[in-house]
Amino acid sequence: MLLEKLSNAFGPSGSEDEVRRLLARAVHDKVDELQTDALGNLIAFKRGTGAEPRMKVMVDAHTDEVGLMITRIEKNGLLGFRALGGVDARLLMAKGVIVGEKRLPGVITAPPIHLTEREQRSKVLKINQLVIDIGASSEDEAKKLVKLGEVATFDTKFEVLDEGGLRTVKGKAFDDRMGCAVAVALAEGEYAVDLYLSFSTQEEVGLRGARVAAYRIEPDLGFALEGTICDDMPKKEDVSPTTELGKGPAISVMDRTFVADQRLVRLLIDQAKANGIPYQFKQPGAGGTDAGAIHLSKAGVPSVAVSVPSRYIHSPVSIASLNDFENTVALMKAALSALPGAWS
Amino acid sequence: MDIVPLVKRLSEANGVSGYEHEVRQIVEEEFGRLADEVRTDALGSVIALKRGDGPEPRPSILIATHMDEIGLIVSELEEGFLHFQQVGGYDDRVLLGQEVLVHGRRTLPGVIGARPPHVLSQEERGKPVPYDKLRIDVGLGPDELPKQVRVGDLVTMKRELIELQGGLLAGKAFDDRVSVAAAMVCLEELGRMRHRWDVYAVATVQEETGLKGAITSTFHLQPDLGIAMDVTFGKQPGTADEYTYEVGKGPTIGCGPNFHPKLQQALMAVAEKLEMSVHLDPLTRPAGTDAAAIQVSREGIPVELISIPVRNMHTPVETVSAKDVERAGRLLAAFIASLDEEFLDSLVWDLGLDDE
Repeated sequence: MLLEKLSNAFGPSGSEDEVRRLLARAVHDKVDELQTDALGNLIAFKRGTGAEPRMKVMVDAHTDEVGLMITRIEKNGLLGFRALGGVDARLLMAKGVIVGEKRLPGVITAPPIHLTEREQRSKVLKINQLVIDIGASSEDEAKKLVKLGEVATFDTKFEVLDEGGLRTVKGKAFDDRMGCAVAVALAEGEYAVDLYLSFSTQEEVGLRGARVAAYRIEPDLGFALEGTICDDMPKKEDVSPTTELGKGPAISVMDRTFVADQRLVRLLIDQAKANGIPYQFKQPGAGGTDAGAIHLSKAGVPSVAVSVPSRYIHSPVSIASLNDFENTVALMKAALSALPGAWS
Repeated sequence: MDIVPLVKRLSEANGVSGYEHEVRQIVEEEFGRLADEVRTDALGSVIALKRGDGPEPRPSILIATHMDEIGLIVSELEEGFLHFQQVGGYDDRVLLGQEVLVHGRRTLPGVIGARPPHVLSQEERGKPVPYDKLRIDVGLGPDELPKQVRVGDLVTMKRELIELQGGLLAGKAFDDRVSVAAAMVCLEELGRMRHRWDVYAVATVQEETGLKGAITSTFHLQPDLGIAMDVTFGKQPGTADEYTYEVGKGPTIGCGPNFHPKLQQALMAVAEKLEMSVHLDPLTRPAGTDAAAIQVSREGIPVELISIPVRNMHTPVETVSAKDVERAGRLLAAFIASLDEEFLDSLVWDLGLDDE
C-alpha cells in the first residue's frame, strides 16, 4: 500500500526527499509532466481532455511532517533538539526516533519515576530539557554521526488495526501523507480540466511550498487535501470534535488560515450527494491548510480544503479510517470530473 | 552467547505481573538448553537446576531474576475507547502518544491517544494528562470493541528492540529481562567451567507487585546463598549523581543492610580478578528487588544483588549496554565457580572472642 510507504517515509519540513521520491515514482507514468522547484515542491501535470482554453485546477497535498531539529550536541554525546513545526512537548518523553541523514535510531530520554519527585511529575518537561540518546558516548563521537540542523522523526511503523468495520490504520505523519495518497489516486483518472497535483513542501512551518507552487501554476481553482484534526474521544464537556472518524471526507468551511470559497463547498456537497458519498464539515476554529496560501496567490484563487479525519495528528502515531480515505478519493474524483461544467 | 537477539526475544515478549506465560515459554526453552533440570512452580516461576560436581550433600546458590514487567489493565470501555489502570508504575507523562498492545480476545495494537495541540487550551498544554484521563484507542468502533476487549484485559507497551550506537540497546521490560538474559549468560559460562555448588537459576514472577515469586521459590528451594540480579539507575540528564551509574561501565554490587558484607567482599574480589569494573550501589532500605525477599526466607539467607545500569527505567525505552548484561553474567559465573565447601564457613560472623 502506497499509504504505508508514505507514512513510514522520513520527511520533516525541509528534509522531504524520501517522500518526494516515493511520490515521483508513484505518479510519473500517470501524468504528462513532472517538475520540481526551488523549494522542492513536486508538481505533476495531467493535461485535460476538454477543449482549450482549459481550466487549471491545483490539487495540493503537503509532503512534510512535524519533527525535531538537532540544535545542540552535549559533552556526553546526547542531542538537544527543538520542535520543527507544532510538536506537543507533553508527549515527547520516552519515544523512539529516527535521527538525521544516517537515519540513526535514538530514544528521547525520560528520568525514571523512582528518582522524580511527585511535584516534578505534575510538570511537563520543556523541549530544551529533553535529549535524544543515539548511544554516542561523547561529543566527538556524536559529531561524527550527526550535524547540527539535521532532523528527526518518530520511529512509528504503519499498521492495519481493523480489517473490517472502520478499516482503521495507524501510523505517523497522516498529516499529510493521507492527502498525498489521495492526490496520487487522483492521477489515475481522466478529467476535462488541466490538473496540477502539487506535492508541496514545508506546510508545517508556514505553508511555504504551496505559496510558491500556486504562484508558478496560476490555477483557476485550488483544492488542499489534508489529514486533519479528529478529536472525537468521548469528553465530559461539549467540545468540538472538529471531525469524526468514519463519517467521510471533511469539507472545510473556515479555519485559521482561510474562508473556503462557498461555490466550491457547494460543488463538493452536490457531488457527495449525487454519488452517495458520506461527508462531514470540519468544524471551524482549529488548524490551517495550504489553502490558506493558495487562495491568496497572485490576484486570488477560489479554494477549499478536503480532509481525511485523522486522530492524534502531530503525535508519534495517528489513527485514520481507510473508508474515509477511499471516500475522499471518490469525492475528489467526482468533483474534478464535474469541472469545468459545475463551476459557474 | 549472542546477547542482542536474546535480549530482543525476552524484551518483546509480553508478561505483566501475574501473566508471565509468554515470557515463561522462552525462559523454559533457554534454561532447558543450559541446565540439567527445569521446572515451573505453583506461582509460575521457572526454576533451572545446574548441578555442581562437589560431594553430596552439595550447598546450593539461588540466582533470582524477575521476568514480569509493569503494564496497564483495562478498567472501562467507553464508546470506542478504553480506560485503564496501572499495574506497577509508569510516570503518567511517558504514556501520552505511546503505542500499546491490548491483550484481548486477540492481541490488538493500539494507541494512547494524544489530542492534537491545535485543540488544546494554553492551560492544557502546560499540564501532563493523568493516566485516568488517558484513553487507549485500538481503532475499533463501539459495536466491535466489546466483542474483542473486556475489563481486566492486560495492556503492554508495543516496542521493538532498538539497537543504538556503541552496543547500547533500548526497549521495554529491560527491568528485569536483561537480568534474565544475564542469568542465561551465567549458566552458559558455567557450562564451560567447573563449579562445585548446585545452581538454581530462577526467573521469578510478580516482582513488580511485591516480590511474590522470589518469596515462594526461595522458601521452596532453601538455598544456602542467594544472588538477585536486577536493574539500577543509569546516569542521565535530570537525575542526581548519587544512586546513578554510568551505562556501559560495568554492573553494580549492592551494599547496605539487605546484603551480607562478606558476600559483597567476595563479589568485589572476583570482579577484581576478572579486571572488571564494578561499582557499589548503596541501598538504605531492604526493598525493591528480589534480594529483599530472599534475605528473610525461613531462618534467613545471605544475599547479594548484582545490578545492570538502565536509563529511562520504567519506560518503553529502557536503555542498557549489551556489554553490561554480559559482564553481569560473567561476574556471577566466576563467583559461583569460586565457591568451595568452606565458603559458607567464611560467612559466619566473627564474634571477636579470639582477640581476648
